[in-house]
Amino acid sequence: MTSETLVEIKGLNFSYGQRSILKGIDMTMLRGKVIAIMGGSGSGKTTLLRLIGGAIRPSSGYVKIAGKIVHELKRDELFKMRRKMSMLFQFGALFTDLSVFDNVAFQMREHTDLSEPMIRDLVLMKLQTVGLRGAHDLMPAQLSGGMARRVALARSIALDPILIMYDEPFTGLDPISLTVIGNLIRRLTDALGMTSIVVTHDVQESLKIVDYIYFVSEGVIAAHGTPAEVRGSVAPFVHQFVHGEEDGPVPFHYPAEPYASDLKLGAGFA
Amino acid sequence: MVDSIWRLGYASRFFLLTLLKSGTSFRRFDLIIRELYFTGVLSLIIIIVSGLFVGMVLGLQGYETLQRFGAESAVGTMVALSLVRELGPVVAALLFASRAGSAITAEIGLMKATDQLAAMEMMAVDPIARVVAPRFWAGVISMPFLAALFSVVGVFGGYLIAVVLIGVDEGSFWSQMQNAIDFRYDIVNGIIKTCVFGVAVTAIAVFEGYDASPTAEGVSGATTRTVVTSSLVILGLDFVLTSVMFRGMS
Repeated sequence: MTSETLVEIKGLNFSYGQRSILKGIDMTMLRGKVIAIMGGSGSGKTTLLRLIGGAIRPSSGYVKIAGKIVHELKRDELFKMRRKMSMLFQFGALFTDLSVFDNVAFQMREHTDLSEPMIRDLVLMKLQTVGLRGAHDLMPAQLSGGMARRVALARSIALDPILIMYDEPFTGLDPISLTVIGNLIRRLTDALGMTSIVVTHDVQESLKIVDYIYFVSEGVIAAHGTPAEVRGSVAPFVHQFVHGEEDGPVPFHYPAEPYASDLKLGAGFA
Repeated sequence: MVDSIWRLGYASRFFLLTLLKSGTSFRRFDLIIRELYFTGVLSLIIIIVSGLFVGMVLGLQGYETLQRFGAESAVGTMVALSLVRELGPVVAALLFASRAGSAITAEIGLMKATDQLAAMEMMAVDPIARVVAPRFWAGVISMPFLAALFSVVGVFGGYLIAVVLIGVDEGSFWSQMQNAIDFRYDIVNGIIKTCVFGVAVTAIAVFEGYDASPTAEGVSGATTRTVVTSSLVILGLDFVLTSVMFRGMS
C-alpha cells in the first residue's frame, strides 16, 4: 500500500446465500482522485459500495480504508470512521421531515458541539458551494431531483470527509443538472482533497470527470484504466458498454432453451 | 411456525435495543417533544369525539336498562366504571393504534424505503436511537393521557345524555359515581392498563416500520400488520390484565 492509497480492496468475495455477487475483486483508490465503478444492472456495484461503507461483511478478502480493515472494526470504531466518509444515495435520501438547512446541519448537530451561529454560517457556506444557499428554507418535497441531489451533496460534505461514495448520482437528471452534479463532484474532490467513488451507468458524463475507471461484470473486474485508455479500449465488454451496443459479451437474450423448441416447432424449423 | 418464533425473537431483540438506546431521547428531550405532537396532539380530535359518543351511548343504554329496576340514578356509576376500567383504556388504545401506530409504521417504513435510515447509518448516527426510540417513548407517554381524556370526555357525554337530556338527578349522578369509584382499584388499574397498551402498540408500530420491506407494498403491509396485531394484542392483554386486577372484587 502506497502512502497515497486511501482505499485498498483485496481478494474481495461476497455472496447472498449460494449466489455469488462479487468474486475476487482487487482495487486501489488514491487520495484526491475520482474513481468510477461501472457495470450493468445487477453486476454488484452497489454491493461493492456497501462493503466499502461497512454496511455488509465480505465472505472473504477485505476493504481497507486509511490502513484499517473495515469489517474488523467494532461498531463504535466503524461509526468513528464513518464520520470521515460520506455517501450520496441514488435519490439523495434527504430527511423529508427536515428543511434543506436542517438536513445539511444534521451531522454538525449530531457529531459536534458547534454553536448554532457557527452551524448557520457553515451550512450556508456548504449550500453556497452547491448553488442552493437561497433554498435553505425549502423542504425536500419542494425540490427538483437535481436540487435534491445537490442538497444531499452539501450534506455529505458537511464534516469535510476524506471519502465520498456516490450511488448512481446521475440517474434521472436532465442534461443541465447532470453536468452540474458531474462538475460539482470533480470540483469538490479537488477543492477538499478527498477521494470520490462514483458508481454509475453514465459513461459519457463519467469519462469527462473521473481519473480512473473500473468495469465490473458478473462480479469480477472486466477491465480498468484511465478515461483515455477506456475510450481506446478494444476489449469487447468495454467497447460494448462505452458505445452502448445492444448485443455482445453482455447478451441481449436472457439464457433460455432454443427458440424453436420453446415454441414446440418440428425439427425442420430448428 | 419456525419463522414466527424467529420473528418474535427478532422483535424482542429489537425492543431491547430500543430500550438500551433510549439515552439520546432523554438527553435531547426535544426529540420526544416533537414526536409527542405527532402521536399525541394530532390524536386528540379522534379521541375526544369518540370518547364523547361512547359516553353518550353508555348514558342512553345505561339509563334504558337501569330505569327498569328503578336504579336510573346509578347511571353515572355505570358510565364511569365502564369507561375507567375497560372502555377508556381499550377503545383509546385501539384508536391510538389506528391513528398514531399506523402513522409511525408508515413514516419509519417510508424512511427505510427512501434510504433515509441507511443514510443516517452512513452518517454514523444510529437510527434506532435517533428515529425509533423518540417515537416509542412519545407513544408510551401519550397513551395514558389520551385514555384519561377519553374517559373524562366519555363521562361528560354520559352526563349530557342522562342529566341534561333525560333529567336524571344531577346530585345522584355525581355522588353515586364518586362513592362507587375506588382510586386504587379503578383509576390506578386503568392507568396501568393504558401504560401497558401504550408500550405494546408503540413497540409493534416501530418494529413493523423498521422491519418493513422497502417497497410500497411492503410499507402498506407493515401498516396493516401494525393495526391488526396491535388490536389483537390490546384485546388479549386486556383480558389478562382484567382477570389479574379485578379478581375477587365484589
